[in-house]
Amino acid sequence: MHLADITSALPELALVATALILLVMESATRPHRDLLAPVALAGLGLALIANLSSSSNGAFFSGMLQLNAFTRYLSTLFMVVTAAAIVVAIPYLKRTLEERGEYYSLMLFAAVGMNFMVKAQDLTMLFLGLELLSIPLYILAGFYRNHSQSNEAGLKYLLLGAFSTGFFLFGIALLYGSTGSTAYELMADSIRTGADLSRMLTLAGFGLILIGLGFKVALVPFHMYAPDVYDGAPTAITAFLSTGPKIAGFTALLMLLTVVFSGSMAHLWKVLWVLSAVTMTVGNLSALRQENIKRMLAYSSVAHAGYLLMAILVTNYDSAFGMLYYLVVYSIATLAAFGMVSLLEHDDAEGVTMSRFDGLAGKSPVLGAMFAISMLSLAGFPPTAGFLGKFFIFNAALDAGYTLLVVIAVLNSLVSVYYYLRPIVGIYMRPADTATGEERITIPRVVVPVLVLLVIVAIGAGIYPAPLVRLSAVAISAIL
Amino acid sequence: MPLLPNLISLTIFTPLVGAALLMLVKADQQKRIRQVALGTALVTFLFSYLIFLGFRPADGFQFVEQAAWIPGYGISYHVGVDGISLLLVMLTTFLVPIAILSSYEAISGARLKGFMMVMLLLETGIVGVFMALDLFLFYIFWEAMLIPMYLLIGIWGGEGRLYASIKFVLYTMLGSLLMLVAIIALYNEGHAQLGHYTTSYIELLGLSLSPATQTWMFLAFGLSFAIKVPLFPFHTWLPDAHVEAPTAGSVILAGVLLKMGGYGFLRFCLPLFPLATRQFAPLLVTMAVIGIIYGAMLALVQTDMKKLVAYSSVSHLGYVVLGIFALTLTSVTGGLLQMVNHGLATGGLFLLVGMLYERTHTREISDYGGIAQLLPRFSTVFIIVVLASVGLPGLNSFVGEFLIIIGSYPTQPVGAIIAALGVVLSAVYLLWLVHRVFYGPPSEKLKRIAEEAGEMPRDLTRREWAVMLPILALIIWIGVYPKPMLERIEPAVQSVVTQYYSAINTHLASVESGGMKPNGETGQ
Repeated sequence: MHLADITSALPELALVATALILLVMESATRPHRDLLAPVALAGLGLALIANLSSSSNGAFFSGMLQLNAFTRYLSTLFMVVTAAAIVVAIPYLKRTLEERGEYYSLMLFAAVGMNFMVKAQDLTMLFLGLELLSIPLYILAGFYRNHSQSNEAGLKYLLLGAFSTGFFLFGIALLYGSTGSTAYELMADSIRTGADLSRMLTLAGFGLILIGLGFKVALVPFHMYAPDVYDGAPTAITAFLSTGPKIAGFTALLMLLTVVFSGSMAHLWKVLWVLSAVTMTVGNLSALRQENIKRMLAYSSVAHAGYLLMAILVTNYDSAFGMLYYLVVYSIATLAAFGMVSLLEHDDAEGVTMSRFDGLAGKSPVLGAMFAISMLSLAGFPPTAGFLGKFFIFNAALDAGYTLLVVIAVLNSLVSVYYYLRPIVGIYMRPADTATGEERITIPRVVVPVLVLLVIVAIGAGIYPAPLVRLSAVAISAIL
Repeated sequence: MPLLPNLISLTIFTPLVGAALLMLVKADQQKRIRQVALGTALVTFLFSYLIFLGFRPADGFQFVEQAAWIPGYGISYHVGVDGISLLLVMLTTFLVPIAILSSYEAISGARLKGFMMVMLLLETGIVGVFMALDLFLFYIFWEAMLIPMYLLIGIWGGEGRLYASIKFVLYTMLGSLLMLVAIIALYNEGHAQLGHYTTSYIELLGLSLSPATQTWMFLAFGLSFAIKVPLFPFHTWLPDAHVEAPTAGSVILAGVLLKMGGYGFLRFCLPLFPLATRQFAPLLVTMAVIGIIYGAMLALVQTDMKKLVAYSSVSHLGYVVLGIFALTLTSVTGGLLQMVNHGLATGGLFLLVGMLYERTHTREISDYGGIAQLLPRFSTVFIIVVLASVGLPGLNSFVGEFLIIIGSYPTQPVGAIIAALGVVLSAVYLLWLVHRVFYGPPSEKLKRIAEEAGEMPRDLTRREWAVMLPILALIIWIGVYPKPMLERIEPAVQSVVTQYYSAINTHLASVESGGMKPNGETGQ
């Protein structure tokens, strides 16, 4: 191991060190719980600095990890997402009296896992990252020990997740058997030159890996867990669950398709085509009928996975760029939405239903407007950033000749407009339920800057997209 | 020389700035809110009036501004104005302050501020649609204006507002999302032919598209515009939206929003897809004519005044589409002018129905009678506007309808004849409305309302005169002396029509010479 290897992993080392410090702080005789979140955020800040200041590109740890503009872009995104999810969690955990050090610590471990998934140049490394991400999430989903729903979510996620991990591992085994390696480059060479043992075996291996990752990003038909887990998990975790793993899963899939299977498996697109169409359609249609906002957003995130898969299957520069942009704007709007849902939750764990939004504009105009904007961005209304994300993906797919799929996606967007407008109808057009006696809702001061920033980006990246477009283009150029 | 630089951006974004300013005003300072909103709308009108003054009819697109927007995608902020958009922009900036002024009493309380902000945002969206010269920018404005309109109907509307507002959004989105696909396809086609990515309208005009491509793109664009106009059979969202919308919303909806459909046909479908236009013109004319008659018949049987006016819009917009797709200089000019006329007359009718409703809280025609005795001044104004809408010579709509019917006779004789009959029908339902509402003895219901209030409903107030006088003035001005309007419209229409026929002729020549397969590429 060289010094360069160590410095290449500085962001991850910073995160792991912070995570360990948090665990020690929690086990201290008199834990200073107020300091937990600031320490976690400081760790993330250090990792972010380490990430942004590193300028070394190339392979490290004997070709297990790579560093380039692409990985730096995504690492930054992961840290921002994690930080936002942590800030949202602060008042949430305080209110539910569940603030404990391991919460933040697990979040940081998950962030390390996501980083590794993107930097991985080898299937074993990818697997390591995936597990490092998944295991903390299993625990976090069931973090409310006293809530049966949270326990159910944790257990369900663990069992199904373990299953999908099994598929994933089996896929690695098949690919190793077929190509004789687990390193991306070597596998790619083997497939390209036709040196793999059997094309069937390679395909089967890829199929199994697709199932494993498809579970993480909630593609239909591997999405069944999503509504239950998203709903049962603490809302601050749902915010994280619906963004971080999705970004990591899709970028890992993109790496596999562009590096390992590039061009040599042209017929793979048929499978992805069907998966994409089914995912967006099932996601959107199921979301239509949800009364619980967390379940609605869960299904909507399934639908978004369908749009993203469309970008994946096109696999060219434009589509990868579109996917990257889409991931950012989707994550921002989703984080903001779940963050605000967590503020609206009552303590009786009834869940946040659509009627909770009735008259919200009167109780808190700012919260109402911000929630409306995040919904509009998810629905892809111009001039929000969500529209541009859709535009980039649709454009890439149309250019590559997937007209029918784009038309399906477009009609799906129409369906989605209906359910994204439902909370807005409540916020602005229905009177508040006077029975609760709730006059005003105040936003805890600590989350205000985060939510405001997220919402500003959700609009700003649509009106003045140039900076994000440039950054994304630089990132994509590093891998394609 | 323009008096100010960036006049177009000023016109588009002044309302946006006004809406932002309103955020700073406290919700209970109602007077201040109204002043800021009206002031902003008037300043916007002033800017657009400067454009009108500085406009040189022969020059094509002018006051053009362009700035790169999304790097690498050839998308730019590109705006300008020509004879086709000029009057529609003027109509918008003219009607918005009137709509704002008209809602001084109808809207008040905690939600006044939101209402005014939404109105101003809507104005930015609409003006942007008319002035965008970049397809992407056009689409952004086209969609962005949906949200304020949705809120306007959904928040300040009547009983069935939730249903009406969601219906409005879904209908419109269906059209516009397919249009988005076509825009992207056009953009990719542009890349293939021009060698670089661009969404500039002017550059994309130079593409030569195969007839098959034109057909489906025309359908995708056309559906969106047909829903917006609304053309029979896509009109079913309109009565709902109109009836539920507050008066100011109806004025903007009928006055300006519907015109975006006609504008879209003229701006995009005709020049970009001439071959498909030729193919579909008979169909569109048929739909327009059915709309004229069908809308009039439905208007005839309405018992609700607002619904009657809404269906009359379906009928009147049929003339506009007939004029556009009859494809002669006279008919297209008439169609464009008729858009303005309809905006004034129908906008005026909605305002007057709203004023009546504020006094009596009913829109049922059968509740009325004898208003002419009670409110003589109001009745005079109402009847003038009705006569304008009917197409009385000397008032504005006559000019438009006359040009449309005369102009479309050479190419669409049957359509022109039926449309002329439609004029009679519109006289029937509108004059019958006048008869039932204004003449005869005052109805029991009105007497009861007067008793409960302890006084007779008052006649037009000073504010209401301020609302109606500008409209009356324009109605008479255009009716008597339409030249300032027509001379600004005609050169632009002339160039659209000329280009259309030259594209068709080139195509026919190439097919005749046998050099091309029927579905092959044709040079333009």
